[in-house]
Formats: sequence, structure tokens, C-alpha cells
Amino acid sequence: MARQSALKDSTQKKSATTLRDVGDAKAKHLAPNLDRLIHERMRLGIVSALAANESLTFNDLKSLMNTTDGNLSVHARKLEDGGYIACTKSFEGRLPKTEYKLTLAGRRALENYLSHMETLIHQMRNS
Amino acid sequence: MGSIHLVVPQKEEPPALHERAMDNLKYIRETMERATAFTGISGWGQVAIGFTALVSASISAQQKTFKAWLAVWMAEALIALLIAGWSIDRKARAAKMPLLSGPGRKVAFSLSPPIFAGAIVTIVLYRAGLTNEIPGLWLLLYGTGVVTGGMFSVSVVPIMGLCFMALGAVAFFAPAEYANWLMAAGFGGLHIVFGVIIARRYGG
Repeated sequence: MARQSALKDSTQKKSATTLRDVGDAKAKHLAPNLDRLIHERMRLGIVSALAANESLTFNDLKSLMNTTDGNLSVHARKLEDGGYIACTKSFEGRLPKTEYKLTLAGRRALENYLSHMETLIHQMRNS
Repeated sequence: MGSIHLVVPQKEEPPALHERAMDNLKYIRETMERATAFTGISGWGQVAIGFTALVSASISAQQKTFKAWLAVWMAEALIALLIAGWSIDRKARAAKMPLLSGPGRKVAFSLSPPIFAGAIVTIVLYRAGLTNEIPGLWLLLYGTGVVTGGMFSVSVVPIMGLCFMALGAVAFFAPAEYANWLMAAGFGGLHIVFGVIIARRYGG
């Protein structure tokens, strides 16, 4: 009896895995087209936060993303190099101020990434 | 002697691609909501509230009875609420975020408990004849709401709340004739000063 139940469980698990594999296989061909620059969590967060604001300072982003100076500057530099965000440095009184804005290319990259994610989900639902 | 069974730890399957996709979409949405709430308070809205408060302060100063004074400030509270709702909604729409998705909900949840408490205590003080304490109470409790709501926002917002609380404390100990001007300094002056700072630094 226990053996029968174990066999049933194993068959169910196997068929679920197979179904999932089919969906994944369909979706996987989309994965290579993923924009790796914003696929990383911190960079995706920076781009998303800037999409909801006209501009944000380095300190605003640091506080929003709950991260360190070093980590934020590394990821922001990568996005800047990719042309997704623009950085302006100025002085507010005597204090230096670094401000980031999302570029048109960055906004399009986020929109493409969103539609990519939606396609992946739809493909899985339709399989 | 018992037999020995080899225990093979079950491998956890990595999440499927569509699960990761859903998780990423959720993350984008939450980050955008958080970022909107962060600068969601409208600076120009606060400036407008500040000016209406100054007008109300000058009208209320001319009132002969406490009831009339109270009615002027009640009307001002209603006008301020409408301006705040409209301006936050406008800023949230500009960022393509619905009002109740993040910023509106957070401001409403943090401001409404102290305002509700203020309304109840106002009735109690009025019935007890302690009307001189009402301006201090309003400034203190409004400041409390701004400090708590401001924890989700840019750092100038909780600082503004602390200034309101300080004015409230002063109003409790200052002579009664200064109360109306302390209300003007708080609801008028502080809103205008901090409103300009927020509008200039955080896009409106």
C-alpha cells in the first residue's frame, strides 16, 4: 500500500517535472535574449526606481536600495557605461551632489525587459 | 545488527524560468512603488497648503469667539486635505503610479491615526473648557503623523514633522495669545519652507 502510494507520488512528480520542462524549454529560447545589464537585481532596482522619478541623488538611491556606497557606485557605473542612466555631478553649497536620471535607452531597456518577462510567463501558461 | 541505508540529500530544484520572471516583475513593481512613495509628497501642494493656512490664520485672528476660531481652522483642515490629495495624486499620475498603490496609502495610514486622535482629544478638551491647549495638540499630533509617514520618504519630511512637534511643545507653554501665530508659523510657514525644498529637490 505504502509502496503503491510512493509509486503514485513519484509518477505525479515526474509528470509535473516533465510539464515544467516543456514550459521551460519553450521559454528557454527567450533567455539568451535577456538584457544581462539590467537582469542583475541591484541594477534592475536602480533602473526601476529611476523610472518612477525624474531624477534621484546618490544618497536617495542608496537609501532606497538599502545598499552600501561601494556597491551602488559599481552598479551605477555599469548602467552609466551601458548608456542606461546619466549622471551629473554638482555642488550644493560646499557638498558634492551626484544625481542620476534614466536615459531614453534605459527606459526602452526596462520596457523591453518587462515585455520579455511577460512573454516568458504567457508561454508557460499556454503550454 | 541494523542495516545501513545511504541517505542521499534531495536536491532542491532551481525555480522555473516563469517563476523567476514573476518574481522579477514583482520586484520591479515594488521598487517603483517604494521609489514613488519616497518622493511622492508634493512640494508645491504643501506650498499651497501653507498659503491657505496663512490666510486662515489671519481670518481666525479676527474671530471673537472660540467656536468661530475653531470653524475657520476646521475649514482650513478640509481645504488642506483636498489640496494634499489632489497634489499627491497628480504627482503619482506623473510617475504613472496609481494613488493608492504606494504613496497615497502610506501617507493615509501614517497620518490618519494621529489626526483621528487629535479630533477626539479636541472634543474632550473643548468640553473640559481647556481650549487654549488645542493649538499645541494639533501641531504636536500633526507633527507626529508627518514624522511617521516621513520615514518612508525623503529625509526632509520627518525633519518637517519634528519642527511641527517642537512648535506644538512651545504652544503648550506659550501664552494663549501667541497660539494663533504659532499655528500660522507651523501650518503656514513650515509647509511653505519645506514645500519649496521638496519641490526644488524632488521634482515638484
